[in-house]
Amino acid sequence: MKKAVCIFLILIALSGCKDKAPQTSQTDLKNNADEPSYGDALIEGTIGEPSILIPMLASDSASHNVSGLIFNGLVKYDTDLSVIGDLAESWNISKDGLVITFHLRKGVKWADGVEFTAEDVMFGYKTIIDEKTPTAYKEDFLQVKKAEVPDKYTFRVTYEKPFAPALTTWGSLIILPKHLLEGVDITKTDFARNPIGLGPYKLSKWIPDQELILESYKDYFEGRPYIDRYIYKRIPDPATMFLVLRTGEIDMMGLTPLQYTKQTENDYFRKNFNKYRYPAFQYTHMAFNLKHPFFKDKRVRQAIAYAIDKSELVDVVLFGLGSPATGPYVPNTWPYNPNVKKYEYSIEKARQLLKEAGWEDTDKDGLLDKDGRPFIFTVFTNTGNKLRENTATIIQWRLAKIGIKMEIRKLEWSTFINQFIDKKRFEAVILGWSISLDPDQYDIWHSSKTREKELNFISYSNPEVDELLEKGRRTFDINERKKAYFRIQEILAEEVPYIFLYVPDATLIVSARVRGIKPSPIGVSYNLPKWYVPKKLQRHNIEPEP
Amino acid sequence: MGNYSLRNLIWKRFSKNRLAVAGGIIVTLLFFVAVFAPMLSPYNPDDIDRKHILVSPDIHHPLGTDDLGRDVLSRMIWGSRISLAVGFVAVGIATVIGIFFGALAGYYGGWAERIIMRFIDIMLTIPTFFLILAVIAFIEPSIWNIMIVIGLTSWMGVARLVRAEFLSIKEREYVLAAKALGASDFRIIFRHIMINSMAPVLVSAVLGIAGAVLVESALSFLGIGVQPPIPSWGNILTLGKDNIEIAWWLSVFPGLAILITVLGYNLLGEGIRDSIDPRLWDTERH
Amino acid sequence: MLTYLIKRFFEMIPTLLGITLISFFIIHLAPGKPTDVFSELNPKITPEARERLEKYYGLDKPVIVQYGLWLKRIVRFDFGESFSTDRRPVMQKIWDKKQPITERKLFITFMLNLLEMVIIFLIAIPIGISSATHQNSLYDRITTVSVFIGFAIPSFWLALLLMMLFGVYLDWLPVSGLKSMNYDSLPLAGKLLDRVRHLILPVFVASFGGLAGLSRYMRSSMLDVIRQDYVTVARAKGLPENKVIYRHAFRNALLPLITLLGLSVPGLIGGSVIFENIFGIPGMGQLFYNGVMARDYPLIMGILTIGAILTLLGNLLADIGYMLADPRIRAR
Repeated sequence: MKKAVCIFLILIALSGCKDKAPQTSQTDLKNNADEPSYGDALIEGTIGEPSILIPMLASDSASHNVSGLIFNGLVKYDTDLSVIGDLAESWNISKDGLVITFHLRKGVKWADGVEFTAEDVMFGYKTIIDEKTPTAYKEDFLQVKKAEVPDKYTFRVTYEKPFAPALTTWGSLIILPKHLLEGVDITKTDFARNPIGLGPYKLSKWIPDQELILESYKDYFEGRPYIDRYIYKRIPDPATMFLVLRTGEIDMMGLTPLQYTKQTENDYFRKNFNKYRYPAFQYTHMAFNLKHPFFKDKRVRQAIAYAIDKSELVDVVLFGLGSPATGPYVPNTWPYNPNVKKYEYSIEKARQLLKEAGWEDTDKDGLLDKDGRPFIFTVFTNTGNKLRENTATIIQWRLAKIGIKMEIRKLEWSTFINQFIDKKRFEAVILGWSISLDPDQYDIWHSSKTREKELNFISYSNPEVDELLEKGRRTFDINERKKAYFRIQEILAEEVPYIFLYVPDATLIVSARVRGIKPSPIGVSYNLPKWYVPKKLQRHNIEPEP
Repeated sequence: MGNYSLRNLIWKRFSKNRLAVAGGIIVTLLFFVAVFAPMLSPYNPDDIDRKHILVSPDIHHPLGTDDLGRDVLSRMIWGSRISLAVGFVAVGIATVIGIFFGALAGYYGGWAERIIMRFIDIMLTIPTFFLILAVIAFIEPSIWNIMIVIGLTSWMGVARLVRAEFLSIKEREYVLAAKALGASDFRIIFRHIMINSMAPVLVSAVLGIAGAVLVESALSFLGIGVQPPIPSWGNILTLGKDNIEIAWWLSVFPGLAILITVLGYNLLGEGIRDSIDPRLWDTERH
Repeated sequence: MLTYLIKRFFEMIPTLLGITLISFFIIHLAPGKPTDVFSELNPKITPEARERLEKYYGLDKPVIVQYGLWLKRIVRFDFGESFSTDRRPVMQKIWDKKQPITERKLFITFMLNLLEMVIIFLIAIPIGISSATHQNSLYDRITTVSVFIGFAIPSFWLALLLMMLFGVYLDWLPVSGLKSMNYDSLPLAGKLLDRVRHLILPVFVASFGGLAGLSRYMRSSMLDVIRQDYVTVARAKGLPENKVIYRHAFRNALLPLITLLGLSVPGLIGGSVIFENIFGIPGMGQLFYNGVMARDYPLIMGILTIGAILTLLGNLLADIGYMLADPRIRAR
């Protein structure tokens, strides 16, 4: 009996040795001079599970990542952030900026063979503005006064007023197959988990909570994607995902700052993987409820800004993989204003401002107080985000040093949004925004957007900012827009309705066998259909059926 | 002739049991650490140090640092307060509830007993951990909520114990005598029966603290117990799991602390139980 | 025997009712009305839709009626739709009829627990017996100490340590999931081995606590039995020692163990939350944990109820096993 157990254990130990990913020589793996070839599968690890694959209905990034490969839009962004055509070959904007006429590509087919026409765009538009459609993206389309389909390949929209972001709203959110969804209740259709699109990939198999397999659409209008299959493997925690990356079971994942800096700096990783790092289009901030008696006073907000060391946040939370933020834009993009008021860490300045605002430690208990009230407040943030949690912890510690007690409360996302943010029942929050590629941020800063469930949840109101926001979205002249947005950033930096904390870097790691990845300001996934694996390095080919 | 009082006999028996004494020493030490945490802790457990993130154990940080540069030893010392507080309060609640239901069931019998016993069966059928998690999901995780929920889900054992004791004691002569003399139910329950049934309840409580510490650390480990930045051994282990490859110290030490604590209380509880084993005595207080 | 079974079955009903009562009570613990929580997930829900939801859940009716409605739905295993954005019916997430049986979450958890019970049984018994027969030997002392430590060791810590040792440092065993990426392309023997390798750590760690308890109990039960008269008689009759132990002592010492095994079912089921989380096993425990973290109330209640039902079944099976093993009851 004992012998059998020993042999058993040895067998197991031995079989373990076969699991490591094959170590191809360094030259082979990294030689970029190969010819593109079809085949192989790219396996990406993901923490979130997509929920709905109809773009306009989903609000989570996992769903959008997948549906982004299945659906295309009329336009998309080029690497220099300019707008280029996708399903639209070209377009004209009328002189007064009110009418956009899109000329669509001909011969683009949905995955079921039916041709894509302007009717599909019209159908998508009608669906998104329909009040029965539960979508978060209606707003931009409500600006449209009239939509027309003069002929099969032309789509024309007329706006009430010139709307600069208009062009870019006609992205992949809006195109739906009319012939499949007309007359169907979009919230109940099976299409949400079994879509037919016209993008580079189509859904092949979906095992809920485990994996989602996409296979390439051979008749994709830009040309058949080189990589035959794109697989999302769901692994709910980053540590496990990393282990799985190492054994070669997945090829690609977003690394945590620690993984990027400490765990992938060794021979094995250098040989077999490539890492990519670029500023992500998002920022993390601390927002104040401007109706709260403590935070009504600008000096208090500025004091807190002085009491926070942003570089410490970047170093500790992001391990240096990011940069401090000074406004709601990504550094080095055209709307970003580098010359706004900055709040370098200074306890003295913080204390001074607080004193001016009436906050002093009169009872010597270590906490500032005013009119008998100690400076205690609660900051909310969402669960499941370690970076935000750590950010809150560091801020809590820093504020304690100037006599402010900040309590941290973590809430589950939908409760957070629906019970607290939407109802404005909060004192301060630590949240983030993703930064859209178009600089218009009307919905976040305009004083009219303060109704329940709208995005100006802090009740910010500044007439000059309101005017500038209007100006920014009503002109197509990029220099005029830049002026407006620069001035807005100056005002926001002075008034501190948010403390802009940091812009993290996206940190991606991909198996070195994948070629064609070209890092750019908008990331790396923009040319996914052009990625390929050289024939002799391909790993995951399905055997052809006999 | 030596001093043969009950107390002395129990003590003598206890002190002969080496394991029990070891348990007692561990428990006392833990108590000491928790009470004197501010003095024993080398650093402020909340101090963030950007230059010493995830440092392995060394002279300056004997148990290493965590992902925010905080000293693990300090956090564990302060964490002992949490673990012990939760243990004591949760067990306190469980014991009170258990005594209440057990006494009711044991003394009055009949319908009351049947309903209470059925209730206990139902509570025991639902997997306790599931129940705790479900309840905490509905209310928020905070130290108080955890204490209360653990207390509310671990009283069943005590109740059964107390009922058994009541059943056996209530037919004894001195109880019948008190009844005959016209003593009220309340007086009988408290003055006569309860006192003699406390011994097993004490054992159960001590063992219960061990259990509560385990449950609290499991909950904190899963992220639904004590929330960071408040240090708890369980939530330091969460960091251990997240950084399993690069920070072994975050996994090893907190677990060791939990092990020692639970072991200590278990040994102490078992030791007390052996010392008061009724098979060896027959004396009771009237 | 049949009458006993029927009696036991009927006794389960009030327990089931009690479970539904408790779960009903828990739902109402959340602050605000239950539908606040139900409807708030969808930001675009209109006031009319909210009213419809309230009618559906009967919130406009007295509590008794609400409970009745709740009961009616539970009996059909209708726990409503999950709150997570996929909004699938809860029961489907636990037991998806579209998936092969072996991949359904309930099945996975069930099999794992079954496996754990088998392992506990197989290992604890020999340890218990040999400790009893070699009482106070070095072997006995070592196992006693191990058992004490086994009781005190936090299982999730043990899991972490073993993961570090076997998964990270030695790299002998996989630490996550139930099968490798290339599972489908493996030959049958490879598939089997792959499964086994993925199961070793989770099953071992999950059984550890139960092992400690059961082996201890086996030991004391054995010790009790060995002192009995009939064992002395057997010895006096001249039977060889191992026949005495196995034929006579062991069988009788086994009886309470079956009950104990039945009692350990809720613990094992509850433990799945921890182990499936640590080892990335896609079973009901992991589903429950995710549901708790996301405050997915219908899912939480559904799994809670299913867990309780599983425990009841486990107890019933333990009782049946006891019955089969104990001839005194069989004869009735």
